[in-house]
Amino acid sequence: MPELLFEKGVKGSNAFTLPPSELPADTGEFSLPAEHLRDLPPAIPELSEVEVVRHYMGLSHLAYGVDDGMYPLGSCTMKYNPKINEWAARLPGFADIHPLQPENSVQGAMAMLYELEGMLNEIGGMDRFTLQPAAGAHGEFVGIRIIRAYHMHRDDDKRTVILVPDSAHGTNPATASAAGFKMVEVKSDPLGMVDMDDLKHKLNDEVAGLMLTNPNTLGLFEKNIVEIARLVHEAGGLLYYDGANLNAVMGVSRPGDMGFDIVHYNLHKTFATPHGGGGPGSGPVGVKAFLADFLPRPTVELGEDGKYFFDYDHPLSIGKVKSFYGNFGVMVKAYAYIKALGAEGIKDACVQAVLNANYLRHHLADTYDIPYNVLCKHEFVATARRQLEESHISTMDIAKRLIDYGYHPPTVYFPLIVKEAMMLEPTETESRERLDEFIAVMKNIAREAKETPDIVHAAPTRTIIGRVDEVTAARHPVLSYQEEKQA
Amino acid sequence: MRYTPNSGDVVTSMLHSIGLSRPEELFSDIPDEIKLNRPLELQPGMSELALRRELKKLADLNADGQNYPCFLGAGCYDHYIPAAVEQLSARAEFYTAYTPYQPEISQGILQSIFEYQSLICRLTGMDVANASVYDGGSALGEACKMAWEQSKRRRIILPPTLNPDYAEIATTYSIVNEMKMYLLPDNGSGVIDLKALEAAADDSTAAVVVQYPNFFGHLEDIAAIEKIAHRGKGLLIMVVDPIALACLKTPGAWGADIAVGDGQPLGNPMSFGGPHLGFMAVTNKLMRKVPGRLVGQTTDHQGRRAFVLTLQAREQHIRREKANSNICSNQALNALTAAMYMAMVGPEGLAAVARRSHEMAVYAAGAMRKAGLKLRYDQPFFREFAVEVNEPGTVNQYLLQNGIIGGYELNGALLFAFTEKRTKAEIDELVDLLGGVANA
Amino acid sequence: MNIPQELYYSREHEWVRVEGEQAFIGITDFAQEHLGDIVFVELPELEAEFAAMDEIGVIESVKAVSPMNTPVAGVIIQVNEELESAPELLNEDCYAHFICVLRMSDAADLDDLMKAEAYAAFCEEEEAK
Repeated sequence: MPELLFEKGVKGSNAFTLPPSELPADTGEFSLPAEHLRDLPPAIPELSEVEVVRHYMGLSHLAYGVDDGMYPLGSCTMKYNPKINEWAARLPGFADIHPLQPENSVQGAMAMLYELEGMLNEIGGMDRFTLQPAAGAHGEFVGIRIIRAYHMHRDDDKRTVILVPDSAHGTNPATASAAGFKMVEVKSDPLGMVDMDDLKHKLNDEVAGLMLTNPNTLGLFEKNIVEIARLVHEAGGLLYYDGANLNAVMGVSRPGDMGFDIVHYNLHKTFATPHGGGGPGSGPVGVKAFLADFLPRPTVELGEDGKYFFDYDHPLSIGKVKSFYGNFGVMVKAYAYIKALGAEGIKDACVQAVLNANYLRHHLADTYDIPYNVLCKHEFVATARRQLEESHISTMDIAKRLIDYGYHPPTVYFPLIVKEAMMLEPTETESRERLDEFIAVMKNIAREAKETPDIVHAAPTRTIIGRVDEVTAARHPVLSYQEEKQA
Repeated sequence: MRYTPNSGDVVTSMLHSIGLSRPEELFSDIPDEIKLNRPLELQPGMSELALRRELKKLADLNADGQNYPCFLGAGCYDHYIPAAVEQLSARAEFYTAYTPYQPEISQGILQSIFEYQSLICRLTGMDVANASVYDGGSALGEACKMAWEQSKRRRIILPPTLNPDYAEIATTYSIVNEMKMYLLPDNGSGVIDLKALEAAADDSTAAVVVQYPNFFGHLEDIAAIEKIAHRGKGLLIMVVDPIALACLKTPGAWGADIAVGDGQPLGNPMSFGGPHLGFMAVTNKLMRKVPGRLVGQTTDHQGRRAFVLTLQAREQHIRREKANSNICSNQALNALTAAMYMAMVGPEGLAAVARRSHEMAVYAAGAMRKAGLKLRYDQPFFREFAVEVNEPGTVNQYLLQNGIIGGYELNGALLFAFTEKRTKAEIDELVDLLGGVANA
Repeated sequence: MNIPQELYYSREHEWVRVEGEQAFIGITDFAQEHLGDIVFVELPELEAEFAAMDEIGVIESVKAVSPMNTPVAGVIIQVNEELESAPELLNEDCYAHFICVLRMSDAADLDDLMKAEAYAAFCEEEEAK
């Protein structure tokens, strides 16, 4: 393992300087009261520029991105991130502007926001979007807060429950709690869909809304969605669309037309902005017109004079969830992506994402157990059930062995309703050749599981470290660099 | 442009290989009544060349910091970003990676976050820092929730000297019916009214929030505020500026329980307000209540040092409805950039940036006084202060016409920020212009 | 699986040892086995009062969290602070390490609990699920 920054520091080696001060000598230098000053400068290591550059180059070699290879991580939509988008976000006219500049000095940025909102409306069949949320979970929080505001505005204060399917992402139940609701789980039926009887049983006048991912986390389209929407609305609740899987339907079917009242997108999934090793993302939230008054403020509007302006006059707004207007730099990239693809390209991306997933599913079905082996959307769930029974090789072992073959593993042990789950989402940006190679590797691992299980169990062996001791990490946490804790 | 590698012919043959003949059949599970039976109403796709022109055109409509000296702060600052930071943070291995859930191929990301956490601890003087949250405002929102959960008390005291956006965000974040956000009255002094705070900090108080330097650039009496907060067994939450911390006493040294702030000034571009990063650091006692991701040090099965996401049982993907936050994606790339920045400028460089920013502000204040302008408050300030003007909006427009991005508009005043990037000539120009119009 | 004779057991896999009006509470072998490597135990606060089956804390493993309930009502009079720095003790010997001690408010709560034999049968049923 490479040394840490702290271990590389050499006193006096940092040469960063500022231009000589031009201020007159009597400026009064440093005028802060002594009791406010820190005793010692922060213990940041001192490194020369070349050492810093080599340090991070070294770390970059120990990271694995979409640009390094296939990343079939289910529900994460790890598609290729076009380079022109990176260029655009770094243009001084976007990167080097302050969010509080006078509106007439940032009309280009505001035009982009306005136009992006329009495009997101059209893709989702919604009426208004806020671009403020910084990530999917942040968007969920906004959406559920809007549901609360809507019911309270109608003096309907008994609605304290948010329904969430048992196949949902963890953020859904966590969001319901964070927004002050009680979460009640709705079961899946044997086909992996919302269990309609259970839903009917749990719908009542205490239900504020239902959060749904469609297609769901098994990659299956909720065929009863129209009926679900009708039931939820009849019970007085609202329907929330978790857009994690929007890539599977964009250009083909729209959440707004399915009956959803509120949606969030993940620009870092569907609209090809990079994941950044964990963030930043962007989680815009769209609503039908009757909920528009509750959106976070400000909104971007186009005045009759042809000028864009920020409108803060929304007395029913749930308030702000983030400073300024959201992760603007991420929005520039999503904007560029949608512009590049256009109407046809958006739909084509969806079609090819679904085709690639079904291609993988079809060609892996004879080797791996696929509990719901039917037409899927952009992803599907396979399991290591056979390998576990026959050779004690688990999903974790297979995931780690994939690393040895140069792939990022799929999402594992999720959704929770499938044992030994491996959730595979190839995305539309993988070619047939790459898919065929991946299929061959997966089959090869299945063969290894039978013939040489020890190799699979010991994987990965071609990486800088092997499997790590997560138990000690959690029992005796070391969360920052401490000299005495180093071997 | 399209980014799908498979041609129409390949698509057709792939369809055949799975027993289908037309792409539409891939969507036969979607009821017809909810299919979109028309093309999306978007413009046709564009070539990269045409797109580049269009994006450039939009960007050029904005008055950017390379052509307009920027005197705005209020939570977002125009500091210098070293070239190495710009280039290293643009490495595709970093920015196209996912969250490092697979430690064996993510040591680069994990180590960089571990280093970031360590640097934030050293900057703030706190024990534990998380891997980042969305921004300074949402970090405060999460901190208030932590305090409520930890103390099982409802009242959170917010001062009038707090960034108003942060106050609004913390309020949106608070759990309705469980938490009560209490805004201290404003006595017009530009710092917290200690008497009012003392009266408000009762035994139902979960936390006292203080911003340092505060929204108007001033230094609050933290020693007194700390005593009041802890006397009633509430927590002290400090909102801090990472550049100022190069010189100022740390939240850890003041006795804060939670320190939060916005890390944008550490090497991240202003980017019209995002993406930035929220940093969050706490005492050891609160380690397991921290929201978001944490990277820990451990070993692999051969005893080699390794880093891994840890204490995950706090998080939404395991604890679901009982998680302490719903946060999943954070601002990892911005945190990485902040760490690169700190490594590049080093401890002395960071202090130099802080000192120069402060000196620029001191010079500007002196020059403004000489020009007959009146500072709104009589308080020591770090790199921001407020100057009285009759019509702030009009003055800002006048400055813009003269090639300057002015200040943050307060009622009857402008709040100006100064960084090491400003020059004496730019400040002199600002003072000249202001002197001519401020009281007109 | 180890199921000592002298203890009472709950359906949530907690054990109770009674000494006068004091009830020692811990987790069973079945519980520690299913949780795997325990990494953290959140203990209740001293003098807190609980009804029977209230949640008094949580036990965390690397990838799971499980609530811990008190099978009997009462006031917490002692917690096992050793577990804060060494949660692995519960994996090593879960009956030698109690989690907390309550002063019972109603000894009749014990009537709702299982004896060793019944609990052994209950565990078998759970395993079969």
